[in-house]
Amino acid sequence: MSAILQVRDLQVSYYTDLGRATALNRVNLDLQAGEKLGLVGESGSGKSTMALAMMRMIKAPGRIESGSVDIDGVDLMKLTDEEMRLARLSRIAYIPQGAMNSLNPVLRIGAQMMDAIHAHVPDMPKEAMIQRAKDSLESVDLKRNVFDMYPHELSGGMKQRVCIAIGILLKPKVIIADEPTSALDVVTQRQVMETIDRVQKEIGTAVILIGHDMGLMAQFVDKVAVMYAGRLTEVSAVRDMFTSPMHPYAQALIKSLPNLKNKGVFSGIPGLAPSLLRIPSGCAFHPRCTQAMESCKTIVPEVKDHSGRLVACHLYTEGA
Amino acid sequence: MRIRLILRRLSFLIMVIWAASTITFFIPRMSDRNPIRERFAELARTGGFSAGDLEKVVASYNKKFGLDKPLLEQYTDYIGSVATLDLGVSLNRFPKTVMEIITDSLPWTIALLFVSSILSFILGNLLGAVAAWPKSPSWLRSIATPFVLFMGIPPVLLAIFLLFLLAFKLKLFPLGQAYSTGIAPDWSFSFFLDVCWHQILPAVSLILGSVGGWVLSMRGMGVTIQGEDYVNFAEHKGLQGGTIFRDYYLRNALLPQVTGFALALGSIITSGAVVEGLYALPGLGSKLSQAIQSNDFLVIYGIVLFITMSVATLMVLVEFLYPLLDPRIKQD
Repeated sequence: MSAILQVRDLQVSYYTDLGRATALNRVNLDLQAGEKLGLVGESGSGKSTMALAMMRMIKAPGRIESGSVDIDGVDLMKLTDEEMRLARLSRIAYIPQGAMNSLNPVLRIGAQMMDAIHAHVPDMPKEAMIQRAKDSLESVDLKRNVFDMYPHELSGGMKQRVCIAIGILLKPKVIIADEPTSALDVVTQRQVMETIDRVQKEIGTAVILIGHDMGLMAQFVDKVAVMYAGRLTEVSAVRDMFTSPMHPYAQALIKSLPNLKNKGVFSGIPGLAPSLLRIPSGCAFHPRCTQAMESCKTIVPEVKDHSGRLVACHLYTEGA
Repeated sequence: MRIRLILRRLSFLIMVIWAASTITFFIPRMSDRNPIRERFAELARTGGFSAGDLEKVVASYNKKFGLDKPLLEQYTDYIGSVATLDLGVSLNRFPKTVMEIITDSLPWTIALLFVSSILSFILGNLLGAVAAWPKSPSWLRSIATPFVLFMGIPPVLLAIFLLFLLAFKLKLFPLGQAYSTGIAPDWSFSFFLDVCWHQILPAVSLILGSVGGWVLSMRGMGVTIQGEDYVNFAEHKGLQGGTIFRDYYLRNALLPQVTGFALALGSIITSGAVVEGLYALPGLGSKLSQAIQSNDFLVIYGIVLFITMSVATLMVLVEFLYPLLDPRIKQD
C-alpha cells in the first residue's frame, strides 16, 4: 500500500537575530489513507512548525530549506503559489485551535464557508454551495441554521466544530488538526474528538493530530510520533508506544504521565528542552538521557525500522 | 426594548445640549465687553454715529435685548428660547436672525467638511491598511509615508502655504472666496464647477492635514489584525489574497476607525472653521469667528449650540449604525 502522505527530508529554520534556529530537522514521515497519527512533543519541539511547513505557511523569518511533501503523488513544495493556494483545503486541510479566535467575528458562519468553497470551485452554483456547507455543518453535529449565525453566538465547542466543518468542506486527503481541543472542557474535548474520528472515517482522510494531551491521543490515534528538538525520535503504533516505548525520551514522556496505580507520584524529565539555536551535538536528547553513551554525544542517530517501529536511538543500533 | 434605548439616547442628547448651551451662555458673559457698545463705538469711529449719547443708546438697546436683566433671568429666558429653537437675533447684524445666519452658511460648511473628511477617511484608512499588509508591494506601502509627515503640520499652516504657493505665486487656483466675483449664484452647472474650483485648495489643506492621522491609526490596527487567528485561518482555507484583505483584514481593522471618525467630528469642525476663515468662505466657521471677534453672543450661542447638536446627533447616529458593521454589538 503506498502512502497518501510522504514527507521527506523536511527542514525548516528560523533566521533570528541570535542566529539560525532549526525548528525542523530532516523529518521523514509516511501516512496511509485513513490513518490517524498523533504528533506529540514539548512546546518548541517543532510540532506546529511541521504542520505549517506541510501547508507551506511558514512565514518570515522562517524558511523551508529542503524536503518534499507528497500528497497522492503531488509534491506540494514544487507547486506555484497559486497552485498551493488551491491545494490548501482541497488536498491538505488545517484545523486550527479554533475555540476562541479562528473565525472572523464580522461574517456569518455561512459566509465563511461559502468563501472557502468559492475560492476553490468558483463556478459551483450558489445553491449547491449552501447545500454543501449545511451538509458539512450537519456532519459535525451542528444544526443547519448555524449557517446563519455569527461566531459570537456559538460556544467554544461549536466554534471548534465549525472549524472542522470548514476543514472537511472539500474532502481533503490529509487533515492536520493543531491542538483542536485545547481551551475546551473535557466533556467537549471528547465530543469534538469523536466528531473528528467520525468524519475522518466518513471521508477516509488521513489525520495528523497535534497536541500534548497523551490521554486524548491514546484514545483516538493509530500511531504516535514523538518529536524532540525538531527531530522525530520514535513513531510507533499507539499500543506499543504506551506499553513499551523504545526511545529513552518517549519512555520518560510516558513515565511522566499520571496514572491510577501510583497516584500523586509525578516523575518529570530532568533538565530543560534545548534551545533550537544551540541543539546539542549528536542525539539532541543526550544531555538529559539516563542511558546516554559516548557515541550519543557525537553521532546523530538515524531513524531505523525495528519491526515496524521507527526509532532514532543508538541503544538499538549498537546492540543489533 | 428598542424604544427604550432610543429614549435613553435622546435624553442623553438633550443633556449634552443643555450642558453645552449653559457653558456657552456663561463664558461670553464673563467678559465685560458689550456687543452693542462695540458696534456703536465702531460706527462712531467711522463717523456714522455721534459718540455723545453712546451710553444712553447702549442702555436702551440693552433693555431691548434684555441684557439689563439679572443674569439668572437672562439664563432662564435663554434656555426657554433654546428649547423652542428660537435662537434670537444677531446683536451685531440686527435684524438678521441667528437662524438665518446659520442656514445661509450651513451648505458651504457641509459641502467642504463633509466631502473632505469622508475623502480623508477613505484615503487614510486605505493607505494605512495597505501599509500594514505584508503582501502589498513596497512602492504602494511607501506612499503612506509623506502623508504621515504632513500630519505634523496644522491644517491652518498648510492652508496658508498652499494659498501662498499655488494661488498667490503660481496663480493656479483662486485666492479664496466661495465663487468668482461677478457671477451670480444659481443652479447652473458652470456655477457648480466654479464653486468646486474654489473649494479645491481648502479641501486639500483639510485632507492633507488629517489623512496622516488615519494612516497611522489604521496601520497600527492593521498590524494587530493581521496577526489574528482568523486571518491566518483564512489563508489556510486557500482564499484569494484579495478576499482575505477585504473581508477578513480590512473589515475588522475598520471597526475602531469608525468610532474614531465619530470622535473626530468635533475637531474636524474646529479646523474647518479656521480654514474657512482663511479662504474667506461664507461657512459656519467664519461666521463663528466673526461673531467671537465682535462678542456677538447670540450668534456665538446659536452656532456653538448648532454644532454641538449636530456632533451629538451624528455620534448617536454612528452608534445606531455600528451594529450593522459589528454584529457582536446588538442593541436591545
